[in-house]
Amino acid sequence: MTPILSVKDMSVRFSTPEGPVSAVSGVSFDVAKGECVGIVGESGSGKSQTFMSVMGLLATNGKATGSAKFKGEELVGMKIDKLNKIRGSKMTMIFQDPMTSLTPHLKISRQLTEVLVLHKGMSERDARAKALQMLERVKIPDAKRRLDEYPHEFSGGMRQRVMIAMALICEPELLIADEPSTALDVTVQAQILELMQELRAQGDMSIVMITHDLGVVAGLCNRVMVMYAGEFCETGHVDQIFHDPQHPYTRGLVGSIPRLDRPGEERLTAIRGQPPNLQHLPKGCTFQERCDFVFDRCIAERPKLTGFAEGRGKACHLKGFDAKHEVIR
Amino acid sequence: MSGPEPILSIKDLKLHFPVRGRGFGATRWLKAVDGVSFDVFPSETLGIVGESGSGKSTVGRAVLQLLKPTAGRVVWLGENIAGFSRAKMKPYRRQMQIVFQDPLASLNPRMTAGDIIAEPLDTFEPNLSAGDRKKRVQEIMDKVGLLPQMINRYPHEFSGGQNQRIGIARAMILKPKLIVADEPVSSLDVSIRAQIINLLADLQAEMGVALIFISHDLAVVRHVSHRVLVLYLGKVMELAESSVLLSKPRHPYTQALLSAAPVPDPEIERGKKRILLEGDLPSPLNPPSGCVFRTRCPIAQAICAKEVPALEPRGGASDHVVACHFPS
Repeated sequence: MTPILSVKDMSVRFSTPEGPVSAVSGVSFDVAKGECVGIVGESGSGKSQTFMSVMGLLATNGKATGSAKFKGEELVGMKIDKLNKIRGSKMTMIFQDPMTSLTPHLKISRQLTEVLVLHKGMSERDARAKALQMLERVKIPDAKRRLDEYPHEFSGGMRQRVMIAMALICEPELLIADEPSTALDVTVQAQILELMQELRAQGDMSIVMITHDLGVVAGLCNRVMVMYAGEFCETGHVDQIFHDPQHPYTRGLVGSIPRLDRPGEERLTAIRGQPPNLQHLPKGCTFQERCDFVFDRCIAERPKLTGFAEGRGKACHLKGFDAKHEVIR
Repeated sequence: MSGPEPILSIKDLKLHFPVRGRGFGATRWLKAVDGVSFDVFPSETLGIVGESGSGKSTVGRAVLQLLKPTAGRVVWLGENIAGFSRAKMKPYRRQMQIVFQDPLASLNPRMTAGDIIAEPLDTFEPNLSAGDRKKRVQEIMDKVGLLPQMINRYPHEFSGGQNQRIGIARAMILKPKLIVADEPVSSLDVSIRAQIINLLADLQAEMGVALIFISHDLAVVRHVSHRVLVLYLGKVMELAESSVLLSKPRHPYTQALLSAAPVPDPEIERGKKRILLEGDLPSPLNPPSGCVFRTRCPIAQAICAKEVPALEPRGGASDHVVACHFPS
């Protein structure tokens, strides 16, 4: 079966006054129908830019190369008219900041029905009925009245629900969620995550969840891809990534999080140093300066993402780590 | 915690801000902090956790008199310093310092790292020789994990984590008794966040400084704190030793906060039943009557709208206090 999204060797470069910056360097992956993939990485890892390129939303100084196919159709370099038929309808994206993603002077109803009239050629009346139905689906209380309110009358959590309703209204096959709960308070974040979980269970829509928070992907995704300095360093099933991480960066990331389920006073295993400058990436492994297990080959040669077990891949020259967390060279 | 005297004792602290109405509308009062009391003991970390609008940062600033309390007492080593002027506060500033959330914004971009870190020294020990001043700065830079040769660099040449280290060095250089850390790791990436958390723990163990650690992230607060105070709409909901708060939370809000925080473990997350609170935080301009949490509380009853619950042990351990009519 063809995947919903198939990305091959995609790179993203930005030209800046200080010289070119390579935000994403040659990533390849597929998203299958009905799958929920988590993309985890810290700021600057390229997780958002990968999907901004897929959506054709890169900033003007950015350029994507490589290939990104949506159900077999090439998106990179696609004419804008054609792209507009796909994005916003079959493939939609929600963003981190619900405060700035809605047009302040238009009623919610107008913002919701616009896509339907545009993409589906619906009548205003039908579109309004559908908009109401969507607001109810994302659990906005008193939806009928709220349909005719303006964005400023909604709280942050409610606005993110409106954004999700807007993304879902054309029944997309792929939903890309870029940190949808990060700007929200903890208790409101829990509501949005619960909603995402329900949406996932309801149909065969594919979801890509972009986040820096490993806790967010834990309950929601089946597959996780960890990004570092513009490349995938480890990919695998969510349980494997959390319980048996094989890349030193993933291991460090999992150990860096204070956990509520482990009440001991254990020390966090912080990763030393900081991510590399994307303008001057080293020749070898991008993680070499922070890695406790670095050896000659890591400095000489950049490891490629390679499969090492069923459904798993890592970009690391080490053989791996055994069950006792000892390194195997 | 009995035995040692608290270094800081906050009693019924209130901070109300006037909000002007439109036209002839009467001035309304935003009760950012409304009757908060707690103690801080030497060398302990008290965590303050709350969502936006809970008043957690306002409490932190009021401790240092960066904001003047409307009412209540701030007792520092036996002396009430609430409402002290800038001049009167000066000698106390040696003993209490603050670290802010946004490391870059809280450092003067036109000063070098060395001058930023030395600023408290210049204020309180102006007669220090240039050599001693540099030595003190380099000592503390080394302690917080900055290379002493970076002394002449400017904030923009450092990463976020390094700038936060500069902020911590500045707060630490006078060896204060108390540091208020207001969301010190919230703007940092996960791997850098762990470095700073470990650094604060190490410095506390070495220098015996007390910390008030303010954050919205319960997992982080729990990890660094000995005791945790839970704030909601300017009021204390619960205060307990951090392991107790985690294992036996008694306030429904604390329980909801605990269940809302995503745990990085797929099995736990998939099997988890979240206690979902409805809606958002009410406006602090118009807080609910009675218990402020009642509008989102899953177990609220008629009395909750009428009577404000007192912060009491309510049958539990004496150092575990909860403000709820129906604690579990």
